[in-house]
Amino acid sequence: MAYTLNVNGKALSADVDGDTPLLWVLRDTLGLVGTKYGCGVAACGACTVHVDGQPMRSCQIPVEAVGKSKISTIEGMSKNAVGKRVQAAWMELDVAQCGYCQAGQIMSATALLTQTPRPTDAQIDEAMNGNLCRCATYVRIRAAIKRASGQKEA
Amino acid sequence: MTYHDKVLKVFGANRREVLVSVGAGGLTLGFSLAGKAQAQDDAVKPLNAYVSVAPNGTVTITAKNPEVGQGVKTMLPMLIAEELDVAWENVRIEQADNDPKAFGRQFAGGSMATPLHWDELRRVGAVARAMLIQAAATAWNCGPGDCTTDTGAVIHKASGKKRTYGSLALACANITPPDPKSLTLKDPKAYRILGKFTPQYDVAKIVNGEPLFGIDVRRPGMLYASIVKAPVFGAKVASADLDAARSVKGVKKAFVIEGDPNGLFPQGMTGQGLLPAVVVVADSWWAARKGRDRLNVKWADHPTAKLSTRGFDEQAAAFNAGTPQRNARNDGDVAAALKASARTVEAAYSYPFISHANLEPQNCTAEFRDGKLEIWAPTQNPEPGRQLTAKTLGLKPEDITIHMIRGGGGFGRRLANDYMVEAAWVAREVGAPVKLLWTREDDMAHDHYRPGGYHFFKGGVDADGALIALQDHFVSFTNNTEGQPSPSAGMAASEFPARFVPNVKYDVSMIPAQIPTGPLRAPGSNALSFVFQSFIDEMAHAASADPLAFQIRLLGTQDTVGEAPARYGAARMRGVLKAVGEMSGWASRGKLPKGEGMGVACYYSHQGYFAEVAHVAVDKDGAVKVRKVWVAADVGSQIINPAGALNQVQGSVLDGVSGALHQAITFENGATVQSNFTDYPLMRIAESFPVEVKFLKTDFPPTGLGEPALPPALPALTNAIFAATGKRIRSLPVTPDMLKA
Ligand code: FES
Ligand code: FES
Repeated sequence: MAYTLNVNGKALSADVDGDTPLLWVLRDTLGLVGTKYGCGVAACGACTVHVDGQPMRSCQIPVEAVGKSKISTIEGMSKNAVGKRVQAAWMELDVAQCGYCQAGQIMSATALLTQTPRPTDAQIDEAMNGNLCRCATYVRIRAAIKRASGQKEA
Repeated sequence: MTYHDKVLKVFGANRREVLVSVGAGGLTLGFSLAGKAQAQDDAVKPLNAYVSVAPNGTVTITAKNPEVGQGVKTMLPMLIAEELDVAWENVRIEQADNDPKAFGRQFAGGSMATPLHWDELRRVGAVARAMLIQAAATAWNCGPGDCTTDTGAVIHKASGKKRTYGSLALACANITPPDPKSLTLKDPKAYRILGKFTPQYDVAKIVNGEPLFGIDVRRPGMLYASIVKAPVFGAKVASADLDAARSVKGVKKAFVIEGDPNGLFPQGMTGQGLLPAVVVVADSWWAARKGRDRLNVKWADHPTAKLSTRGFDEQAAAFNAGTPQRNARNDGDVAAALKASARTVEAAYSYPFISHANLEPQNCTAEFRDGKLEIWAPTQNPEPGRQLTAKTLGLKPEDITIHMIRGGGGFGRRLANDYMVEAAWVAREVGAPVKLLWTREDDMAHDHYRPGGYHFFKGGVDADGALIALQDHFVSFTNNTEGQPSPSAGMAASEFPARFVPNVKYDVSMIPAQIPTGPLRAPGSNALSFVFQSFIDEMAHAASADPLAFQIRLLGTQDTVGEAPARYGAARMRGVLKAVGEMSGWASRGKLPKGEGMGVACYYSHQGYFAEVAHVAVDKDGAVKVRKVWVAADVGSQIINPAGALNQVQGSVLDGVSGALHQAITFENGATVQSNFTDYPLMRIAESFPVEVKFLKTDFPPTGLGEPALPPALPALTNAIFAATGKRIRSLPVTPDMLKA
């Protein structure tokens, strides 16, 4: 069945089964491979995208449930004012090791800072706890969120 | 242009070969420098690296080794760029393909990239710089000694005349390269690139989600594959409903791979053969997965179906009660020394199997055309993968090309190449490019695990508080018919504190278990550090000594003990212990509130000396909160890239603590119990803590940082838990049950 999705402000169509998770539609059908697969069970956050501005795990969203919602992915973050700041902080502090989790981290961090421009440590913990980093770059993730929000880093 | 287009080979002095190629892009210099290790053996592949200089001054440096997050794609080119004397902004980095003829060994393991390349790659840069100087001197009709360089240009010292590298590149084709060993390298004080915080070269691609990882590879007409293997390692396929899988929309093919049930346990760690499996190939990975879910595979009985973690525990206890199978070390007279000790301690330690759990599940893309195979692999170890693939598929290695693609985490898992062999086999079967991707559950069920182990200790201190006796009966695992330890399940007879204690006895026994194991970040050390450094802490407390002072005293007064390769730099370890004591405020730890404590541990691995102090708080429900960890490290004279170095150390410490607090792979009925991050948790950000790091600069050549910070983190944690609670952690992972008030 053909679905028209609003992804990063563009209408894109995908002819897939309705139960296909948004993650795999983005990656395999639409070629937007920045969104990553890590667990498939909402336990790692590597697949985080924004659905109408909310951070969601795209591995858990069947494409038939997306409807007219606006989807933003990591590929669209450089056009998002907050996303761009987050990306810049991530680059300056060289947050990544392998980098595999970082698209999801940046999506969660951007959603956090959009809602809470100057988050406390506890708010960072809460917003980011669904995003695993196997390389354990958490010290720098926290510092980069502080930097992007104009707060002291330590 | 490939490196081999229009290559003019110039053979220089003995064991030195320089390739000069002039193409549309400017000059390419290929250097082949025989390293120290190769000096005795010309048959060993030389180390290579490549530099090219374009007319516009852009310098392209080839990164020879696979990148899995250890930062080597950035760090190795920095060595060349420094001596070449170019601006880092003008450097482009290209990832090499697997090409042992051009590059020698290309692998990511053992924290070896720094020690293997520190000298050689700086000399590659220095040779290129010398040739550019010579080209300018020829043009100016002066001697090379009249010239110097300044970030991408040759300068005539007297007149101040200047020629850019770009304008000189072509003229280098006529210049005989100097002997690399004849060149004087820069004084570190003059470094402009080394020692500077340099973000990873691919940082923009990472934050923008550009295709970068193995899982991101796409080929025209590519299909997707999902592979099912038996939960019991190596069991054969009895039946599978292939037609049910084929009935799923998008599924193109479903077939059984007979595989080799015993292919799982070859000697060495060069990878694994093809196991029995069922494969579903479709036009999307999701369709392949849906097809797979309908296969209803039945697996044949298998002799290892009775293995279980509980069984291992029972076997270990039985070994402890009986006579060890083998003695590995016997210094002095342990029995007599224990008898003569003022205080003795007896303790049983254990640690579980754990999984690598790279966040990017194993995957590989392959394309088979006209008898030739092209592979895109996130591997840490491409050449053994090529050899294994060739053997398994009956191809010639030279008909297989491997592109090394960034891996979403390595940690040693991608030193094995089982996913590569599978992808190659499926691609040939299907006749189209195929991306094979494991599910997270596949990944956890089919790891080459860090092996578990058991240690039964006895120790004694004399009236003066000196450790005079240590006995360990190590019960490990063997998965091969030779009775050798499973990969990464062994222990060196020189394991610390052997050689520092007069009476030491190390015995070994082995539980047979056909479970695949392999190196995981700081293999061996990542578990041995926990048991030995915890037991040493126990002995310190038995001696009523300050644990830090006890460790320093144990290290004696000599600078080094033993001979290479088992030489132990005792002075270097004393140095980091003293430093970490100062950094952490160890002396005032008595002022910590009730329920909090500090623990210290040190460990030498991968040529690095590390001492760490952990500060923890334990609440009445037994929950552990790490407040901070301090790390003092001695990895030699130069931190090449502080950005990567600090990240590796902080990540290693958090990784070690994550494992110690959460992780265990257990087995029932011959199969892995855990399946995903739900039952195999990793540390999350709320649990993370600051890690303060100090690198002591010493006169030793720089060594690697991918691993050696991890081992001491575990015993620093558990020793701190003891200080906070009086409860000794002797098995991992730490659970709140162990610590409830
Ligand atoms: S892949 Fe969706 S949360 Fe892990
Ligand atoms: S950087 Fe490797 S998983 Fe986060």
